[in-house]
Amino acid sequence: MVEPPHTEGSVSDQLLQVRDLLVQYHTDRGVVKAVNGVSFDLQPGERLGLVGESGSGKSTMALALMRMIKAPGRVAGGQILLHGQDLLALSEEQMRKVRGAKISMVPQGAMNSLNPVARIKDQIIDTMKDHDMSMSKTQMEERAAQVLEMVDLKREVGRMYPHELSGGMKQRVCIAIAVAMRPDVIIADEPTSALDVVVQRQVMETFGKLQDLMGVAIILIGHDMGLMAQFVDRLAVMYAGQFADLSPIRETFSEPLHPYTQMLINSLPSLDVKGELKGITGLPPSLLKLPSGCVFHPRCPSVMERCTKQVPMYQEVRPQRWVACHLYDEVKP
Amino acid sequence: MTPIMELRNVTKVYGSSGLLAKKGTAALKSMNLALEADDPSILAVVGESGSGKSTLASLILGFISATEGEVLYNGKDVKRLSNAERQVYRREVQAIFQDPFAVYNPFYRVDHVLNVPLSKFKLARTKAEAQRMMEEALSAVGLRPEETLGRYPHQLSGGQRQRIVVARALMLKPKLIIADEPVSMVDASLRATILESLRTLNKDLRIPVVYITHDLATAYHVSDQIVVLFRGEVVESGETETVIKNPQHSYTKLLIDSIPWPDPERRWGQTKEEFEQELHSVARQATASGSRWMPE
Repeated sequence: MVEPPHTEGSVSDQLLQVRDLLVQYHTDRGVVKAVNGVSFDLQPGERLGLVGESGSGKSTMALALMRMIKAPGRVAGGQILLHGQDLLALSEEQMRKVRGAKISMVPQGAMNSLNPVARIKDQIIDTMKDHDMSMSKTQMEERAAQVLEMVDLKREVGRMYPHELSGGMKQRVCIAIAVAMRPDVIIADEPTSALDVVVQRQVMETFGKLQDLMGVAIILIGHDMGLMAQFVDRLAVMYAGQFADLSPIRETFSEPLHPYTQMLINSLPSLDVKGELKGITGLPPSLLKLPSGCVFHPRCPSVMERCTKQVPMYQEVRPQRWVACHLYDEVKP
Repeated sequence: MTPIMELRNVTKVYGSSGLLAKKGTAALKSMNLALEADDPSILAVVGESGSGKSTLASLILGFISATEGEVLYNGKDVKRLSNAERQVYRREVQAIFQDPFAVYNPFYRVDHVLNVPLSKFKLARTKAEAQRMMEEALSAVGLRPEETLGRYPHQLSGGQRQRIVVARALMLKPKLIIADEPVSMVDASLRATILESLRTLNKDLRIPVVYITHDLATAYHVSDQIVVLFRGEVVESGETETVIKNPQHSYTKLLIDSIPWPDPERRWGQTKEEFEQELHSVARQATASGSRWMPE
């Protein structure tokens, strides 16, 4: 089992602390370990990236942080501390007050889930109604117009319907809904995957602006390393439900520690060297039946004997640099 | 030498034939393009949604016919091919599409996708020969036939499925391959492998490839020539290296500035203000030319 990491600062510095999070789906064919012992800290106003292949557990993790895992899935263990309060210990009624207000989410494909027969402003106001009964209708409408402006839309957009908006505008509306209650953390699950590059850049700049404006922390989930390089402060690389490593973004690119991250970086196109593209051989393991020892060992180029038997510790091998790999066993801090 | 595929002044207008819609949408305007078979290269066609990329693919593949102009295959208009010629054209021009899921019928084993063209074009005389051809094609794209054949689509990953589609195209010994967003639905780690197999087709088997994409980063790596489409018109074309390193048209510049390069040291092109200005200048040009492209 993965050891809980030593805290990076005192408890009060951290906005969100996730400890040994376990999420499992119970299926007829067995238990799927979608998130298998993940621990990390998030500081206020930080931009954390989360990358991984399809099925590596990224979206499950996002849903778990929102406490939105549905049967047959279930959070089987761990802690999610927001401002020191364990979200997993809250009653559903208490959690409803936190969800959207303190921690909110732009789900994958959210822009296609806007209600086609409701005006944009009413969809933004919905969240407010659910949380704060003290606001008058005018106040709520004003707040809705404000958040639309915050995401670089005109306030008139509030009177429009989803079909009148382009993809980029719809995605901004979803961001506006997510920030309407001024949360401390936004989880954005592949927020730009269906958008063109130009619009993608605009949407990401909107996120950046919101963060400067409100000091909100952002967890950006995706598989585009380019987007991560442009946007996040730290990057977590997820593999088969676990964090392979977590490092400041510049160091991830300049000196990736985990062999999987190294291969991921090598497979990327860059502007300087045109030509050979290197893929990663093999396939990610089935989450129903994880390999023994290190989950990455069947695809790892630097596999050693101990990798097949012993699960590597997820540890901080250098300041700010966490990795789960036997190559770094000797460099204990 | 006649180009293997040539587009002469091709315009495609959608929705103009109806009684109510008098003026349709021009998806592609006066497009000229020639692909040589002697010196097979990879041509990247890049542009955003609605730029006419897929219309171009459909025209080359003969799924739709041009409103104006001619689409010539080996010098012959594809509209006027005889049945026998059409059969040859259908076999020699092969496509790889975006969605590696939609190609397969979930009730059939993946062999079906490979078997159908073999029997349709009568390429194999015996079952054993068909089997051998399928195995060769799969090996050529880096798949192990014994681990692939006999499986159902859901048992394979997106990357594997997409490589089977490449293998299928390969088996028919094509003279031209049209790849329409072949990697946009595949994980980043598998993207490189699929693009690599396209390059192999081009370099080793000397098949010209048209690589249609919105992803300039991969287009830069894979292609020799590039055509940038914007609202149905070619705004810039040339050697990939030159176009990407020294773009002339403001739209190409905008596209290149928007690429999220996987390098934290290379931040998104310009400052936000310059970017907005560029965006508006492109939007103005678009409005002036009567199209509805609007950055919000």
